[in-house]
Amino acid sequence: MKTIRFELNGEPVTAQVEPHHNVVELLQTMGLRGARESCGQGLCGCCTVLVDGLAVSGCLYFAAQLDGARVDTIERTEREGELDVVQQAFAECGAFQCGFCTPGFVLMTRQLLAHNPAPSEDEIRHYLSGNLCRCATYPEIIRAVQLAARIRKAGA
Amino acid sequence: MNDPRAKEPRNHGPQVGRSVPRKETHAKLTGTAAYVHHLVLPGMLHGKVARSRVAHARIRGIDTRAASALEGVYRVLTAADVGKLIPDPHYGPAFHDQPILAIDKVRFAGEPVALVLAYDPHVAQAAAALIEVDYEPLPAVYDEVEAMTSKAVVHEVLKPAGTFPDLKHLAGKRDTNIALDYHLERGDPAKAFAQAAHVFEHTFKTQQVLHLPLEPFVSLADPADERLTIHTASQSPSFVRIEIARLLGWPENRVRVQVPFLGGGFGAKLYIKLEALVAAAALIVRRPVKIALTMEEQFYTITKHAATLRIKSGVDSAGRIVARECEVWWNGGAYADIGPRVTQKSGFTAPGPYDIDNVSIASYALYTNLPPAGALRGFGIPQLVWAYESQADMIARAIGMDPLEFRRKNILREGRPQATGTPMRDAAIGQVLERLAQRMQWQAPFDRGSGTVRRGRGMAIGFKASISPTTSVAIVNVSADGSCHLLCSTVDMGQASDTAMAQIAAEVLGMPAERIAVVHPDTDVTPYDMATLGSRSTYHMGHAVKRAAEDARDKLLALAGELGVPPETTPIPDLFKKKYGMQAGNVIGMGSFVPAYAPTDHATGQSSNVTPYWMIGATGVEIEVDTETGVVTVTRMINVADAGKAINPAVVDTQLSGAAIMQLGFTLTEQMHFSEGQVTNPSLADYKIPGMLDLPAVIENEAVEANEQAGPFGAKGVGESGTFGVSPAIANAIEDAVGVRLTSLPITAEAVYRALRKAAGRPLDDE
Repeated sequence: MKTIRFELNGEPVTAQVEPHHNVVELLQTMGLRGARESCGQGLCGCCTVLVDGLAVSGCLYFAAQLDGARVDTIERTEREGELDVVQQAFAECGAFQCGFCTPGFVLMTRQLLAHNPAPSEDEIRHYLSGNLCRCATYPEIIRAVQLAARIRKAGA
Repeated sequence: MNDPRAKEPRNHGPQVGRSVPRKETHAKLTGTAAYVHHLVLPGMLHGKVARSRVAHARIRGIDTRAASALEGVYRVLTAADVGKLIPDPHYGPAFHDQPILAIDKVRFAGEPVALVLAYDPHVAQAAAALIEVDYEPLPAVYDEVEAMTSKAVVHEVLKPAGTFPDLKHLAGKRDTNIALDYHLERGDPAKAFAQAAHVFEHTFKTQQVLHLPLEPFVSLADPADERLTIHTASQSPSFVRIEIARLLGWPENRVRVQVPFLGGGFGAKLYIKLEALVAAAALIVRRPVKIALTMEEQFYTITKHAATLRIKSGVDSAGRIVARECEVWWNGGAYADIGPRVTQKSGFTAPGPYDIDNVSIASYALYTNLPPAGALRGFGIPQLVWAYESQADMIARAIGMDPLEFRRKNILREGRPQATGTPMRDAAIGQVLERLAQRMQWQAPFDRGSGTVRRGRGMAIGFKASISPTTSVAIVNVSADGSCHLLCSTVDMGQASDTAMAQIAAEVLGMPAERIAVVHPDTDVTPYDMATLGSRSTYHMGHAVKRAAEDARDKLLALAGELGVPPETTPIPDLFKKKYGMQAGNVIGMGSFVPAYAPTDHATGQSSNVTPYWMIGATGVEIEVDTETGVVTVTRMINVADAGKAINPAVVDTQLSGAAIMQLGFTLTEQMHFSEGQVTNPSLADYKIPGMLDLPAVIENEAVEANEQAGPFGAKGVGESGTFGVSPAIANAIEDAVGVRLTSLPITAEAVYRALRKAAGRPLDDE
């Protein structure tokens, strides 16, 4: 057991972790539901979280590695009350079905738009190709990413 | 589920036909939506399953000593422990053939043999790997056609559950792998074949695939207070309650089944999956037990039938199909699950949506030593459409007729009898076909590509009957402030049923759908529903909800009459205030629905009313084939369906493309590979489901203007219709592009490349 300290959604936290615990397990013990383990191999994107601003697979990332890091999850927006631009666009386009993969897509879309404010459809497909949606809501997600980019541009 | 943040529209108008935003929008976009996946109870143990490593064997002994001795292990359970609690621990919707843990014998590699319980799931997992089983191998059978006559017999004796009348004749049958043989005879096929101008006979194959919801199977049982509460990711909470109560010999009201959102279902999470195991474990150790499967374990739980389909067609000189003979062998794996229903319910549509006077069908459900197969988005229909729509193009090509024209000439028109004898009603087959042809601009010139990239196009149309007869019950509860609860056991697994059901209730009650909160399935509270499957909810539960809302509305009107106030203009809160003197009380409406049904005759397969409604789906594709690699790229996909009147048009659109993209995976890439019955690719790394890069560049969906007269507000189901035509449309387009015909799924680049080499007279060395 090791004690780690990190920043979670803007708040300083401490946690006791075992060497084999991954980030998803840790976050779930802290009551967060947004990152979910699904494939367990870093292939589906359901467990996506941001560590120091970069998207990682929470199922492959050891909890102990979070020591000293800044961690952001989908719950950050909920704490702040309002849906952000990406979530609003997903809502508008109906870009989810069962919802299990949705937080991962939202986080990856945010990261995409931060790097590339006006992605082409091809760029969207490539950037999000590591996130799987078994309900296959892909056409709606592509439209949502495009809408989010337009809203951001209009607001900038 | 209700979204308290959703703003009600000011002038709400009609609720049916409105693309109401999904009620769970905020919860799902913020990651706060409830799934069993997240559920934790105080004192909960985690269960990990030790599984068979062989396909068919007698169990000589199970050594659990090392596992039990591992520090942190609470208990190890085998069939011997389960048997003390449940004397006959076999379950299943069609046959009581599946043991909670293997008894004396294993029938597929991956079958649960023992369960390890520990407070730490990692400990349970490590201990499960320490369980040693001594097996005496038995001959195994894997192929569905071989299973017809194989000396390897999967079950010594057949044990139909008794719920389905057409399975009763199988009770006690020994030494057979045939779990159901369904036959249909219409007209005089032998004579018609003899007189036909052309006779075509082809055999098609489909592969074993699986649902792979991203939330793997998960169930949690809590044995508090002399009863049992099961929290489970299930599409059939009412069935779970009844089946668990039967196993335990308890009344239904001692078992409570609660279902929050599902992270995908697609037919996987039906009937009993983990529920019996988790219930037995929790009652044995008298503590809450949770079992959450890994992605890998889904490959050993439930799959989609591989099938072999032989189809023989007689065609006259004008291109009319005059006779058709279909033989279908369904590979059901080691346990029947709902396979026999697939065999019968889909079997009778095997001749396709065509008007054929002389038909013979034989459809066989077979046991093999593979992971069990059940229902997967289409209930056998995509396998059948693969055969009859591939053959439709092969016939058209052979007799020199345009494939669209061939279909036009032969499709079942309104009022004509389907192969069972049931007349077609509100089945827009012609309209769907014509809309597809228009969108594809079928008559316009088509760019066929050049060099190593050749282009082609293809279409296919299929149809499906609803499973019948099945029951749904709903309750509408109006509170004193005029807000409303809808109680129904339909499971929202992503298809937006909460929203659609609220729209139906809201339409009747004259209020916006946003004002209606939908209570998720809880068998202590929400009434019976057969299950969320087979695109049945919109029609069946939709009717029950409509009736419950009408009952509530009528009671509100009666209340107004009793109070002497104008019934149409008095706000609901004023009624309650006047009746009870304050904001108090409820008005409760109830509705139930079961459609009329005439069972099929055992000898002839005939029925005067085989289904309450028909679902129609067609797909057209434009593709490119790279002749140097065999890679097929779908550049445009058009999905057209008859969904009756769409309750929520945006959701219908999403259902159509979602189903079609899922079927695209089953067509091009997905396949469970086996070695001696063991799955060799049980992970997303080796089993390729569609991602963003696999999408057609253009996807178009259309629900034709249609009305199901017997449906609630003209609606019927649509969740599966997008799957029907995809596979044969692609095979037809490949032949159109490069002149080779693929008759087995999946159509991998390798399969196409091999076919191209063979056609060029240069087969690969290993052929």
